[in-house]
Amino acid sequence: MNAVLDSGDPPSALDAVDRRILIACQAGLPLVERPYHAMAETVGIGADALMQRLRLLLARGVIRRIGVVPNHYRLGYRANGMTVWDVPDGKVSELGARVGALPFVSHCYRRPRHLPLWPYNLFAMVHGHDRAEVAGQIEAIRACLGPDCRAQDVLFSTRILKKTGLRFDKDQGGGGAGTV
Amino acid sequence: MMDEVDRIIINELQEGFPVCERPYAAAAEKLGLTEAVLIERLGRLLEDGVLSRFGPLIHAEQLGGGLTLAAMQVPAADLERVIEQVNAFPEVAHNYERDHVLNLWFVLATERPEQVGAVIAAIESCTGYPVYNFPKEEEYFLNLRLAV
Repeated sequence: MNAVLDSGDPPSALDAVDRRILIACQAGLPLVERPYHAMAETVGIGADALMQRLRLLLARGVIRRIGVVPNHYRLGYRANGMTVWDVPDGKVSELGARVGALPFVSHCYRRPRHLPLWPYNLFAMVHGHDRAEVAGQIEAIRACLGPDCRAQDVLFSTRILKKTGLRFDKDQGGGGAGTV
Repeated sequence: MMDEVDRIIINELQEGFPVCERPYAAAAEKLGLTEAVLIERLGRLLEDGVLSRFGPLIHAEQLGGGLTLAAMQVPAADLERVIEQVNAFPEVAHNYERDHVLNLWFVLATERPEQVGAVIAAIESCTGYPVYNFPKEEEYFLNLRLAV
């Protein structure tokens, strides 16, 4: 870690060049022998400067990683369930870390309850080839939570109604190909 | 159809990708492929829709925008109208119908964090139904890897 990373820069610390880089990133990495050189040309800076900034953006977590994003559905993961759990507030961080580490959980978050309609404070997205596989995954999460699981549900998506990239304006960052 | 080479590419390149002058050559060498084959395969996997993306994956909140998950309880008879109204908001990035009392779940992304509340209020007033806000309060370990 260097000084830049340790300073806890707020998101606003992204400068105009960083923003141009992130916009260029939305198109994906060019499929040419020197993709960062191609991207640098788009952004209007040198290739070495671009690569250095990409490394810093990766280190700061603004870019989570560079790599492939598989289409779950096309790979046979047809059952994508949002599992939701009611666990004690005082233990949610510890339990969330444990659930998040399970190999079939892709995202795991703490979110607020809306009582009485919604008693759940822990969300874990799971992915299986069919609902029976997801049922097994739910059992594994339940076993992981033990007696701290007070209530549980799973929501499957029945229709994708809209799926666009998150908005990302040129003047002000607002999304990108991100995770929520 | 995917073959073993596709599988290796998908499994290994979920872990990360080098930042250097010839990254495809560097990654290909580790996978026992050539640069040209790796580039060609990635192009085909993207074209076929097996991959939805290849490149830098941005952590949206780090950009300083507002981001939240929201849900609504909408009676079946009114669902199509409400879907149309909700989808018309440019701030709605993803929207899913789910099999629950809360049957509409969508992601809101705004340019600035303080705009989330106003967008929620606007959706409530135009649809006539309450919107339940589920902002992320804590994020645990993210597995971005999917074995194939």
